[in-house]
Amino acid sequence: MTELIQHLINGLSLGSIYALIALGYTMVFGILQLINFAHGDVYMLGAFIGMYFARVTGAAENPSVFNLLATLLVAMVGCALAGFLIERFAYRPLRRAPRINVLITAVGVSLFLEFAGQLGFGSDPKFFPQVYQPTVDWSMGDIKINPLQVIVFAISIVLMAGLQFLIFKTRTGRAMRAASFNHDLASLMGIPTDRVISLTFMAGSALAGAAGVLVGMIYPKIEPLMGVMPGLKAFVSAVLGGIGNITGAVVGAITLGLAEEFLVGYWAPTFRDALAFGLLILILLFKPTGLFGVHKSEKV
Amino acid sequence: MIKSLKFWIIALVAIWIGNLFIADNMNPYFFSILMYAGINVTLAVSLNLVNGFTGQFSMGHAGFMSIGGYVAAYISTTWTGTHPDWIADPFLSNILFVFNMLLGGFAAAGVGYLVGLPSLRLKGDYLAIVTLGFGEIIRVFILNIDAIGGARGMPNIPPFTSFGWVFTLLLVTVFTIWRLVRSSEGRKFMSVREDEIAAEAMGVNTTATKVKAFVIGAFFAGTAGALFAHYLRYLNPQTFDFNRSFEVIIMVVLGGMGSISGSVFAAFFLTFVREALRPLQELTQLDFRMIIYSLMLIVLMLTRPNGIFGTRELTDVISLLKKKRSTS
Repeated sequence: MTELIQHLINGLSLGSIYALIALGYTMVFGILQLINFAHGDVYMLGAFIGMYFARVTGAAENPSVFNLLATLLVAMVGCALAGFLIERFAYRPLRRAPRINVLITAVGVSLFLEFAGQLGFGSDPKFFPQVYQPTVDWSMGDIKINPLQVIVFAISIVLMAGLQFLIFKTRTGRAMRAASFNHDLASLMGIPTDRVISLTFMAGSALAGAAGVLVGMIYPKIEPLMGVMPGLKAFVSAVLGGIGNITGAVVGAITLGLAEEFLVGYWAPTFRDALAFGLLILILLFKPTGLFGVHKSEKV
Repeated sequence: MIKSLKFWIIALVAIWIGNLFIADNMNPYFFSILMYAGINVTLAVSLNLVNGFTGQFSMGHAGFMSIGGYVAAYISTTWTGTHPDWIADPFLSNILFVFNMLLGGFAAAGVGYLVGLPSLRLKGDYLAIVTLGFGEIIRVFILNIDAIGGARGMPNIPPFTSFGWVFTLLLVTVFTIWRLVRSSEGRKFMSVREDEIAAEAMGVNTTATKVKAFVIGAFFAGTAGALFAHYLRYLNPQTFDFNRSFEVIIMVVLGGMGSISGSVFAAFFLTFVREALRPLQELTQLDFRMIIYSLMLIVLMLTRPNGIFGTRELTDVISLLKKKRSTS
C-alpha cells in the first residue's frame, strides 16, 4: 500500500511537469496545426537560463522562496523571448507553405537549439543550483514525500490556472480562441492574428521554461539534450488528451506520468521510453482525436 | 530491352573493372570517403522513395540500417568463426557476403513492414514522431541484446565490403527506384504524395502503397547497413542514433525530395563537406557539423524548399539543354 501511494506521488509530480510542456504543444497546435518540435528544447533552454541566473545573481548561495520565484520568472521571460524569436524567424515566413516544409523547419530549429546548446553550454551535464531549500519534512511513515515535489506540483497548478484564466477570461484569450477556430475569419474580424500567434508561442514557451526550472530543482542534472525525451512524451500526452485541447493536455500528461511510474515500479523498467511511443500508436490507431478532442472530417 | 539497359550494364562493368585496381592505387583516406559516400547514396535514395516520392516523412532510417548491419554482421562473424578459411577465399567470401547482405535487407524490410503497417495510417507530423520513436526503440533493443555486444559494440567483423559491392548496391538501388517510380505501380507513390484523398478515390490503396514504399526503403537501408558493418568492421548502437537518420534526411531534402539525381548529388556533396569540416572540428574541439546541417535545413525551407533539383532529374536537365541548342 505504501509502495502504491509512493508511486502515485512520484507519478503525479512527473505528470505535472509533462503537463506544463504539453500545454505549449497543444496551444501551438490548436492555433497553427503545427507540431512545434523545438518545444522540448525551449524547455531545456529554460533550465539553463535558470541555472545561469541563479549562478550570476548568487541565488544559489542563499536559497529562499524569493530566489525560487525570481529564477522561475527570469526563465519564463527568457523562454518567452526565445519562443517569440523562433516563431518570428522560422515559422512566420512559412505560414502559407505546405505542411511538410513547416515540419522540416521545426525539426531544423529543434536540432539547432540542441547543438547550439552543446556548443554554448558544453555537452557535459551541469548541476542545477538549489535555489530553494525546504526546511520541513512531509514524509508520512514510510511514504517519502520530497517537499520539492509538492512545491513543483503546486507551482504547476498555479501556472495552469493562470493559463486557464488567460485563455478563457481575457480579451487576448478570446482572440486566441477565435484565431484557432478560424484563422482567416478571425483576421477579417479585426483580430491581429500574427500578434496573437506570437503571444500563444510566448505563453507556451514560458510554461516550458518554468518546467525546465522545476525539473532542475527535483533532478538537478541538466544537459543540452535533456529536452528531447520529455518533449516527445509531452507531445504524446497532448495527443492522448486530444491535441488542441487544454484540459485534455493536462489529463493526458498526468495519465502518462502515472502510467510510466507504475510501469517502472511494477513491471518493466527498461521499457520506460517504449511506453510513450506504444501508447501514441495505440491512440492514433483507435481514437485519433484523443480523450477530449473533437472529430474534424478532412475536406478535399 | 537491351537498349534500355545499356547504361546500367556499362556502369556495372565499369564498376567491377574499377574494383580491380582502384583500392590499391588511391589514397586510402580518399578511398574511405568514396566508400562512405557510396553507402550514403544508397541510404539517401532509398529514403527518398519514402520521404520524397511517397511524401511520408520518416525519421527512423538509421534504425533499419542498424538492423541490416547487425543481422549481416552477426551471421558473418559466427559463420567465419567456425569456417575461418571462408574469409580469405575470394569466391566463398563474396557468396557469404551477398547472402548476408540480402538477409540483412530482408530483416530490415520485415521490421519495416511491422513498423509501417500501424504507423503509416498516420499523417505527416504524427508519422514523423512515430518513426523517430521506432528508430530509438530499435536502438534501445540492440543496446540490450548481449549476443551482439550490447553497448560494447560488435568488433571483428570480416572485411567483406569492397569498392565493387558498394557501388553495385548503389547502382541496384538507383536502378530499382528509378524504374519503379516510372512504372504504373510507381505512380501510385506519387499520387499518394500529391493528394491522398484523391488517390484513394481513384482506387489506390493508400496504406498498402505507403507500406510498400516503406518496406522497399527499409530493405535498401538494411543492405547499406550490411555494407557499412563489413567496411568499418565494428558496430556500435551509438552509430545509429537520431543524428544518423537526420544526416540522411538532410541529404534527401538538400537534393530535392522526389529527385534521385538530387539525392545522389547531395549524398556525395555532404559526405565530402563533412570531411572538409573535420580540420575545423579538430581545431576547435566542437562539433559544428550538426549546427551547419540544421541551419542549412531552416534556410533551405525558407528560401528554396524544393532543394537543389526539386522533382527534376539530371536527364530532364540534359534533354532540356539539348532542346534549347536545337531550337537556337
